[in-house]
Amino acid sequence: MKKQYQKAWFFVLPVLLLVAFNALIPMMTVVNYSVQETFGNNLFFWEGMGWFEKLMRSDRFHAALGRQFMFTGIILAIEIPLGIIIALSMPRSGFWVPICLVTMALPMLIPWNVVGAMWNIFTLPDIGLLGYLMNTTLGINYDMTQDPFAAWATIITMDVWHWTSLVVLLSYAGLVSIPDAYYQAAKIDGASSWAVFRYIQLPKMKQVLTIAILLRFMDSFNIYTEIFVLTGGGPGNSTTLLSIDLVKIALGQFDLGPAAAMSLIYFAITLLVSWLFYTLMTKDDTQ
Amino acid sequence: MRKRYIIPLIYILFLMLPIYWLVAMSFKTTGEILSGFSLFPQTWTFDNYRVIFTDPTWYWGYINSIIYVTLNTIISLTVALPAAYAFSRYRFLGDKQLFFWLLTNRMAPAAVFALPFFQLYSAVGLFDTHLAVALAHALFNIPLAVWILEGFMGGVPKELDETAYVDGYSFPRFFTTIFLPSIKAGVGVAAFFCFMFSWVELLLAKTLTAVYAKPIAATMTKTASSAGYELGLLAAAGTLTIIPGAIVIYFVRNHIAKGFALGRV
Repeated sequence: MKKQYQKAWFFVLPVLLLVAFNALIPMMTVVNYSVQETFGNNLFFWEGMGWFEKLMRSDRFHAALGRQFMFTGIILAIEIPLGIIIALSMPRSGFWVPICLVTMALPMLIPWNVVGAMWNIFTLPDIGLLGYLMNTTLGINYDMTQDPFAAWATIITMDVWHWTSLVVLLSYAGLVSIPDAYYQAAKIDGASSWAVFRYIQLPKMKQVLTIAILLRFMDSFNIYTEIFVLTGGGPGNSTTLLSIDLVKIALGQFDLGPAAAMSLIYFAITLLVSWLFYTLMTKDDTQ
Repeated sequence: MRKRYIIPLIYILFLMLPIYWLVAMSFKTTGEILSGFSLFPQTWTFDNYRVIFTDPTWYWGYINSIIYVTLNTIISLTVALPAAYAFSRYRFLGDKQLFFWLLTNRMAPAAVFALPFFQLYSAVGLFDTHLAVALAHALFNIPLAVWILEGFMGGVPKELDETAYVDGYSFPRFFTTIFLPSIKAGVGVAAFFCFMFSWVELLLAKTLTAVYAKPIAATMTKTASSAGYELGLLAAAGTLTIIPGAIVIYFVRNHIAKGFALGRV
């Protein structure tokens, strides 16, 4: 058991001050804007819950939120199983392990706008590798600036390219922590490879997979730069996810009230889902 | 080679394709890029790189990015280390709530904070400084650093602390000479994650800077739109942003998996 020691607060104080300065003041600003209307010149009028009510009935907000959930749902459904499969088939030891890990982690260290720019260059219809391959070699009409379906396929492929490695690395960390004795016992029992996966590997990966889902949920729900650079939210509004819409309203149109109200609802959703994952995770910690 | 190794092999190929295309593009002349498709550069040119290394607006972008990333890593680790120690060794009033509250900041969409951060840092006179970006990124990095370090510290037996105190070590001396070396890997991994987030983030870095602290990523977007569409130059700048990440990742390669699991494997 850990020792009860109230002076430990002094250890946490620097973090607390720094994060409070960074989080509370901006948060108060947002709350402040969300209940007011402004016509510039620093003139503010009390608006109450008006912006929230308008937002709840706004088709534009519903559409952006729907697209956001669709995006997050699709990438989770692809990246989690794919990441597990890749981790399972990776070598456990030897010369190739560090090479695999380093090359796989590489996409995650590329600045997000470079990721967007890279995929833009990669998918240009006439001169990009993928665009050329699709249009000229395979004869499939592919132009993500025109076709919403192609745009969606591209942003999802980009995210799979960018982040599947996170799931792979996490699952792999869980897998290598399984002692060899477990596998030997399974072999003696004549367990099928499915049974090994279901009863040995999956339980060991449970905790790291929860972290993977939590991180992937948070980051994909907050995604902005990559998609903004790649599609700009288009064609039309087809890839305008929540954060892209928010930045358009806040920094583009400078509609502070609606943007603030939207921010709060946005944050609340992220918080709620993440809290669910967090409770799941810490429940495992205490076991 | 066993058959199942095909899967990671195909995956790595898939990862490398867009990167290859970016690198190949950076060695082509603008004329060649626009004239049509070619798998390899027909005439190799280093002009794109020459522009970046001779034009101050370009190379200062890199210097700015590296300054605020380093600053951020130092700030985040300095404050996160004692906090992580407290969380891993003691129970205190509101510890669980505080831990979760820290984590919630990692969940905040950067888009939500862009405008308030701009106003806050303008008000305190830090706008367009490296420190502003470093502090803003600290909001996201400190929770993660605390989390990772706490995980690694949990792996160090508590008897180590107790023996040291019995032997007459003061807390600061124990912490720096005994405890820190025993969680070296954790510190490395936490530093890696601070570096990673600060290096890849653009929205806040762009919002908080104008001229003097402008990150390379922002220089890229500006140039791409103002000077027509110089794909070769853009590709060269992009290629150069990959290199620091590749270097850093090499140093933590043995601990990276554990780090991504936030020290909890």
